[in-house]
Amino acid sequence: MQNLSFGYSGNDPLLADMSLTLQPGSFHFLTGPSGAGKTTFLRLCYADLLPSGGRMTAFGQDVQGLSRDGIAGLRRRVGVVHQDTQFLDHLPVAENIALPLLVSGEQVDMPALGELLAWVQLSGHARAMPPELSGGERQRAALARAVIMSPDLILADEPTGNLDWDMSMRLLQLLIELNRSGKAVLIATHDLNLIRAAKQQVQARVLRIAGKRLQLAGADL
Amino acid sequence: MKKADLKSLDLATLWRGLTRPDPAGTDRVVPPTGFTAQLTVFSAAAMAFLAVFALALALATGRLAERWSSELAQTVTVRISAPEDQIDEQTLTVMEALKTTPGIAEARLLPDDEVEGLLEPWFGPDVPVEALPVPRLIEITEAAEGFDAEALRLRLEGEAPGAVLDDHTRWRQPLVSAANRLRVLGLVSLLLIAAASGAMITLAAKAALAANGQVIRVLRLIGARDITIATAFVRRFTRRAAMGAAGGTALGMAAIWALPAMDQAGSFLTGLGFQGWGWLWSLLIPPLAAAIGFVATRWAALKMLREVR
Repeated sequence: MQNLSFGYSGNDPLLADMSLTLQPGSFHFLTGPSGAGKTTFLRLCYADLLPSGGRMTAFGQDVQGLSRDGIAGLRRRVGVVHQDTQFLDHLPVAENIALPLLVSGEQVDMPALGELLAWVQLSGHARAMPPELSGGERQRAALARAVIMSPDLILADEPTGNLDWDMSMRLLQLLIELNRSGKAVLIATHDLNLIRAAKQQVQARVLRIAGKRLQLAGADL
Repeated sequence: MKKADLKSLDLATLWRGLTRPDPAGTDRVVPPTGFTAQLTVFSAAAMAFLAVFALALALATGRLAERWSSELAQTVTVRISAPEDQIDEQTLTVMEALKTTPGIAEARLLPDDEVEGLLEPWFGPDVPVEALPVPRLIEITEAAEGFDAEALRLRLEGEAPGAVLDDHTRWRQPLVSAANRLRVLGLVSLLLIAAASGAMITLAAKAALAANGQVIRVLRLIGARDITIATAFVRRFTRRAAMGAAGGTALGMAAIWALPAMDQAGSFLTGLGFQGWGWLWSLLIPPLAAAIGFVATRWAALKMLREVR
């Protein structure tokens, strides 16, 4: 993104003059006070919102010029994990995780799906319905769904917000493993302990939204 | 936010998506909506049932109007009532006059047995026609160009005072007019039924789509294309409309088939049904209902998807 700005109302931008490039295999944290625009920033990254100024490109394509099918294609290359990720409650967990494949018309490789469930430690919950999952299980299921298409970029919006420390560490470990396999990861969080724990294992850059602008904040931690 | 472009949802693409098999079970992304589904099927069935009757009415009144119009246009009767010593002479005079009247294709004096047949419903089978002062009846078949009824009436008055020209206009014309109006009403009813079906299916589809707004947002978030989402909903509602309409049509056809036959009721009631190939018209109702379901759900899906990025 180059000189990107965004505002929900025309006169008062929430984000201004932001420039950032996420390289393959990079690991970023995005911090800032509540209401600073972290979630908005992530929504811009997966084209749920369009910038009101500046330029945004993803995988070599101008996001502002993408058709709706183009946006769908972009989202298949970006895995998103929300703090309160929504599932289709009428489908079992395994089918929810495989949903991106299903709607893309791709065949579900059952052994690979089994491995993915094992990786997020949900093998025993494959046939459970989403409302039966705990908060931590939901987050791991969300992560599994986000990565099943093998996306190039993983965005996580306060992924550990509802989790205890052990569960947060487990989820962080999964994200670090994904990063080591070459995926770019961007996590919006205000949990400094999580950032410190990650920095002990990966080369993570910390960005902060302050005064509507994006700043590097790594030196402060 | 930029206005959503939904070019991928053109009718041809959606139709291909609809007719293609769904081995992956993509339709399962739409949650089952029991009550809405039952209502859609029931509404489609009820509308198809009514459509069968409206169609039968339109076809029957069409036939009736055509028959009466045809009879009105082609047959006219001359009735001759005269004293016994004059009736043969007046009959001959009338026959001569008719032969020389332009626009008359044929004039036929009804023989006694036919007259007896006409009187049979009133007097029973053993009518002694020769013993009764029964008027002579001449049936006239009109030529395509028609004849001047008023001029013929005046001529008969002068040459055969006992002859009365009866062209049936007085009583047939209002009936033909009524039959034609009934046919129009039948066709209007069909259009209204189609429009009401469309409205009901649209409402049901809109309700289902609105109730599944979260599902649609999740699907978009994970990279589902509009065509995938719309097809799942359109396929479901089109099937429901077609299934309901097939059931309603079958019931409607059975009900029409069970109507009394001509020998058990008046000819008009018997006419309220299908004849020959007319039955096949009813078979168009389920595909038409499916088409209405398809168009209505597509419209509702387009509206809903415009609200989700």
